[in-house]
Amino acid sequence: MIELQDIRKSFGEKEILKGVSTIMEPGKVNLIIGASGSGKTVMMKCIVGLMGVDNGKILYDKQDFTAMDEKEKKVIRQEIGMLFQGSALFDSMTVEQNVMFPLEMFGKGSLKEKKSRVAECLERVQLKEAAKKFPAEISGGMKKRVGIARAIVLNPKYLFCDEPNSGLDPQTSLLIDKLITELTQEYNITTVINTHDMNTVMESGDHIVYMYQGQKQWEGSNKEIVFSKDQKLNDFIFASEFLREAKEMRQLELFKDGKWREQLKKEQDGK
Amino acid sequence: MEFKFFYHFGNFLLMLKGMFSRPENMKMYWKQFMQQCVDIGVGSFGIVFIISLFMGGVTTLQTAYQLVSPIIPKSTIAQVVRDTIILEFAPTLTCIVLAGVVGSKIASELGNMRISEQIDALEIMGINTKGYLIAPKIMAAVLMIPVLVAIAGFLGVWGGKEAGVLSGIISSEQFMQGLRQEFKAYNVFFAMAKSYTFGFIIASVSAYYGYNVNGGALEIGKASTTAVVVSCVLILFMDYALTAILL
Ligand SMILES: Nc1ncnc2c1ncn2[C@@H]1O[C@H](COP(=O)(O)OP(=O)(O)OP(=O)(O)O)[C@@H](O)[C@H]1O
Ligand SMILES: [Mg+2]
Repeated sequence: MIELQDIRKSFGEKEILKGVSTIMEPGKVNLIIGASGSGKTVMMKCIVGLMGVDNGKILYDKQDFTAMDEKEKKVIRQEIGMLFQGSALFDSMTVEQNVMFPLEMFGKGSLKEKKSRVAECLERVQLKEAAKKFPAEISGGMKKRVGIARAIVLNPKYLFCDEPNSGLDPQTSLLIDKLITELTQEYNITTVINTHDMNTVMESGDHIVYMYQGQKQWEGSNKEIVFSKDQKLNDFIFASEFLREAKEMRQLELFKDGKWREQLKKEQDGK
Repeated sequence: MEFKFFYHFGNFLLMLKGMFSRPENMKMYWKQFMQQCVDIGVGSFGIVFIISLFMGGVTTLQTAYQLVSPIIPKSTIAQVVRDTIILEFAPTLTCIVLAGVVGSKIASELGNMRISEQIDALEIMGINTKGYLIAPKIMAAVLMIPVLVAIAGFLGVWGGKEAGVLSGIISSEQFMQGLRQEFKAYNVFFAMAKSYTFGFIIASVSAYYGYNVNGGALEIGKASTTAVVVSCVLILFMDYALTAILL
């Protein structure tokens, strides 16, 4: 579980995060959504400690990460897997060596076991045939998938993905979403994803935080989101005619399920 | 170029301090160190080979041109060539060239890793990136650059002999005789002291500028230029300081 308490971050005069608080639970896919430039990447980098926060606390399973020294942070970080927006693969290494790297550094067991673990991870992202290639020789979408394989190879307790499916075709994108959801539930990982992919939002958003101008504008699940009356959120999520229709379909579908009647009523009463 | 000496010097010291921590995995650090030794040592051998041969040849020709008096024996030329090369040319000239070759490589490699977030990716895995990326480079440079300087010394003297013999200035026997006259082992120690210092300067200064790049690809080019310029200036400055102190 990761808990954010009133996180603030500025670059010079410009305040990017204006006091964000939320709780990210294990076994759930937690999404951070928001327009380009709304501070999603900055927020993620603050959570993992690549950027310092100006104010507020970040708790990893009740431990105050912001108050830790480098040595203690290192311990937490060895349980973190992260996919960067630009993949950040080591370009002097092949795909296989990239995925192997965290295992070599921290993994236990024989070389054979490590190799089979690497093969397993590459299999899961469907990249077995590219194992011997260098990052410069593969496409952007493939790099993303290698990045995911590298992030999950050590079975992390916390998984961070900065736009895992931007630049992927819909089919591969869906595959990645499914993979992340499966892993999250299978190993009870606390997963945090930055995205503006509507498929991801609707399919795997167990918990969604909508960021608008540095603040948490809305928070809820993918079931609640279709009933939300928040104008800014609706403008952002259901931007096209097609998506608005999809939203109504989803509402009807959920409506058949009795519980959602109350939810809808609550939303409409202006909760 | 802004000149913020104390800011950079302070940050530089902090970077060096940050390198010291228990390696997460000794085997990986060792592998990295070996890789750097090969990159620095083998990678710059070609250029060292060429410059030291020519540097020796030119020194012989110039010394012969300046020592025209008939009372000075020919073997003195060899003696002067030997001392000039050992004291100054092999360590300083070689290191100035290495600052360009090795320094720009280190700065651009780290700069690229920084802007493509590879350093962040290592950091997130729980690796001390200063210890893993910078320390092996500095250690490899401090080990390999004196070796290159020693090779440059031998090749320089050999090139000097060949140039002297080829141009008919001095015979092979006279040259060999001159090499043995008044040889001081202290000079070799001095040359080694210089090359350890220069090796450290090249690797640490370039690593500092490369590691702290921020911005885009353009900044990598700037950082490696700055790294080379600053290393060269520091090498010349330390050359003077060490000569004043040790000789
Ligand atoms: N290192 C930095 N220095 C100064 N400003 C920065 C820095 N990093 C990000 N910013 C600013 O912070 C704001 C948010 O950037 P961020 O990268 O978090 O956006 P984002 O939500 O991830 O966008 P996208 O969806 O396009 O990735 C931007 O206005 C950007 O200019
Ligand atoms: Mg981003």
